[in-house]
Amino acid sequence: MKTEFTKRQLRNADTQLANDIFRRCVHCGLCTATCSSYVVLGDERDSPRGRIYMIKEMLETGAAPDQTLTKHMDRCLSCFSCMTTCPSGVDYMHLSDLARQEIEEKGHRSLRVRMMRSLLSETLPYPKKLAVSLWLGKLARPFRSLFKAIGFKEMHAMLELMPKKMKRSAEFAGGGTARPLGQQHKRVLLMTGCAQKVIRPSINDASIRLMARQGIEVVIPKNIGCCGALDQHMGREKAAVQHALRNLKIWQAEEEHGPIDGIIMNTSGCGTTVKDYGHLLSKQKGIAEEVERLTEKVFDISEFLMNSDLRTAEQWTDLKVAVHMPCSMMHGQKITHQPADLLQNAGFTVMTLDEAHICCGSAGTYNILQPEIATSLGERKAEHINRVKPDIVATGNLGCLTQMSHYSSTPIVHFIELLDWAYGGPCPESLEHFQNRVDKLAKD
Amino acid sequence: MGIFSKLQDKIKSAVPRSVIRDLSELLSEDQIVLDQSGLKAYETDALTAIKVIPFVVVMPHTTEEVAAIAAISHKYSIPLVPRGAGTSLAGGAIPLSNAIVICLSRMNRILDIDLTNRTATVQAGVTNLAISAAVDRDGFFYAPDPSSQLSCTIAGNIAMNSGGAHCLKYGVTTHNLLGVKMVTAEGEVLDFGGPYYDPAGYDFLSIITGSEGGLGIVTEATVMLRPKPEGARPLLLGFDTHDAAGDCVAAIIAAGHLPVAIEFMDKPAIHSCEKHANAGYPLDVEALLIIEVEGSEEEIDVGIQQILRIASQFNPSHKRVAQTKEEAAAIWLGRKSAFGALGRISEYLCMDGVIPLSKLSHVLAKITEICKSYKFDVANIFHAGDGNLHPLIMYDANRPGEFERVEKCGAEILELCVLAGGCITGEHGVGVEKRELMGLQFDETDLYNQMRIKLIFDPNWDLNPDKVFPLEIAEKFREEEMIKPQGDNQ
Repeated sequence: MKTEFTKRQLRNADTQLANDIFRRCVHCGLCTATCSSYVVLGDERDSPRGRIYMIKEMLETGAAPDQTLTKHMDRCLSCFSCMTTCPSGVDYMHLSDLARQEIEEKGHRSLRVRMMRSLLSETLPYPKKLAVSLWLGKLARPFRSLFKAIGFKEMHAMLELMPKKMKRSAEFAGGGTARPLGQQHKRVLLMTGCAQKVIRPSINDASIRLMARQGIEVVIPKNIGCCGALDQHMGREKAAVQHALRNLKIWQAEEEHGPIDGIIMNTSGCGTTVKDYGHLLSKQKGIAEEVERLTEKVFDISEFLMNSDLRTAEQWTDLKVAVHMPCSMMHGQKITHQPADLLQNAGFTVMTLDEAHICCGSAGTYNILQPEIATSLGERKAEHINRVKPDIVATGNLGCLTQMSHYSSTPIVHFIELLDWAYGGPCPESLEHFQNRVDKLAKD
Repeated sequence: MGIFSKLQDKIKSAVPRSVIRDLSELLSEDQIVLDQSGLKAYETDALTAIKVIPFVVVMPHTTEEVAAIAAISHKYSIPLVPRGAGTSLAGGAIPLSNAIVICLSRMNRILDIDLTNRTATVQAGVTNLAISAAVDRDGFFYAPDPSSQLSCTIAGNIAMNSGGAHCLKYGVTTHNLLGVKMVTAEGEVLDFGGPYYDPAGYDFLSIITGSEGGLGIVTEATVMLRPKPEGARPLLLGFDTHDAAGDCVAAIIAAGHLPVAIEFMDKPAIHSCEKHANAGYPLDVEALLIIEVEGSEEEIDVGIQQILRIASQFNPSHKRVAQTKEEAAAIWLGRKSAFGALGRISEYLCMDGVIPLSKLSHVLAKITEICKSYKFDVANIFHAGDGNLHPLIMYDANRPGEFERVEKCGAEILELCVLAGGCITGEHGVGVEKRELMGLQFDETDLYNQMRIKLIFDPNWDLNPDKVFPLEIAEKFREEEMIKPQGDNQ
């Protein structure tokens, strides 16, 4: 597309980057069809192409982001389905980050929305604060309809979505090292996810057990903090950079205790951000090479396990598992087949869902900040699950798990919980009713 | 002076506030776009070199709302420009004057599927591919497959009489459309055709197909479904010269073979598509043919052998038959994403000419020559089986004056197509892009007769005006033959 920037404007590195991105876009419109917000709303302004066009206008004119752009950027799920579709390779991800920063710095949002965003940004990445908030939330939950009645729809959505039961915290919640069973082959760091270790610690437990059984020493670094994804998606670049820098230091410190074969992610939303630290930290001087060296070691747990010899020959289960690939895996990291392959090898019957490329509506904090659209997407996903009638839905990100559990009666688990079960771990808590079926098959 | 610069003069005639009032009474707030930056997003389609901000954008949900919107446009005599997904390469959805853009993207429901009679009835904004997806599990599909089929809408396909790679065997939109529900310029709802092959009376459906939103606004369509073939396999043939590939296509067709698709890509196209699709296209050939044969395994084998035998006379330097579904899918993904993928290299103007097959290699050589004389690079991607060329002329959109030059270059190419016995559009439509070139194809009498048909359907000349016909001739025609607008626009 033609752009109209002055030479002076292009001296700004961000504007230059945006210009390069615009020049690649041919405005063909293929992205509209696979955009999770456009399929629900059908409005050009809620499509990647429309947003790109509006961002271009804002940057070219140098105007502050107006209400229209803010509204329609806020409706973007950052699922990046558009980037899988785009034949021209338009980097919508980094362009939308830029737009969000502009909006955060110069835009206008209502006091209610700003409060809600701050609340999320101040609690979700901090496990202790999150645990306290969840208890407070539990007290407030019975009054959630009241919030809706006074127009505080985000608060209503948050209370609606929060877990009803509190889980006990995981064995390694505070950090530690899980020794491998048998001979040690590898040593990895596990990023345990800020919200995940509070809301569903069983995912981390399963990851640790499974890897330990494979002869992998699993280190959960003490004081490892948020990856920065939450702040980055909210346009708070500075905060995101701080998170990233701190994590880099912690990784380096762990390396002093021995070489690291992988930095393992089992929350794919975080994985996308961590793998992209190179871009997030590109303005920090003198560390580019070190960032590249370390981020090359970052793997989603499904990618990492593909290199382990995980197979089962026995027919131990007849359970049908539909795989819901989180957008952050499929579009953000281009991980397409690994979880399904692992589950297949572990003896599950793998099914695919229609419209697999469309987001379930979770999208980080989206289902709290944009409850109406998230509900449409959640119901849409539940319909697709109903159509193929699996016993279980497996996914790779806590957000999807929470969102889909809210709309579908089919049990939703992290694929790692299923793998751990298949290779000798306990049956995941929400699937205990299947244990009989498995036992019966073993008897026959 | 570029042929489009006159457009700007047409803009900004005052539109009464009462139009907005009437629309607001009819529609809810989230169905109307009025804010400047929102309207900006609707100022163009896939032909971004031309842009005009609409007066208002409306997003109806039902045929009744479309009818009421048309009635408002008629009452005030304001141009009404229909838009589907905005994927037109000819500028079909660009509002050229202070227009109401009526965006049908929210009318995306599939209304009825009748497998016994092999028909589907869908709302206007259903995407082309969504029709096939809805009947895929039952073993059916909707045949016309424009490259933008993922996102383009059925009503847009009807407006432009769209084709696609597989139309060599199955025909274009008009051969697969059975009926439409259409809102007239005055806001009346009419049905044409129906779930049968030959409706009684005149075949109005054929006039409506390809009328580019100028005769009415289609809100529902009944299309023909076809049983999916047992199997299909693409074959790749690479050649060292364009001539050899072109002659090979002509020889295959002349020998009486009708593969479901014969697609041609030249070197620049092969390279950019390979980057997106990783299809394993040969990167060292000058021209690549994708030939798809379908049927049972035996039929496919025989078909491929026959084609390979003919092709061997033209010494292909590369031969590969897709062995798996994944391979086939990657080969088609590359081809179908070709226009977008070229965006990796450069901006381009996409041409859409048709030529008799026998002239293929001659025309290809000439196209290279013409582009060379303008110092433009050109990538050729097209439906070779039916002679539908898509030269993509690459240019730098940020360089002043380049768009005017590229337009001229494109016009020369289309003139070449007409001289070779072909025509100026195969499937993209005329839109605004080729409006002035209609004179190459038709004389004034022909054009007048076509415009008389529009005038019957659209007496105020409000529906997607300033498209299809050369501006000056259209203006002259309207002065001579049009009764002054009946609207009460004081």
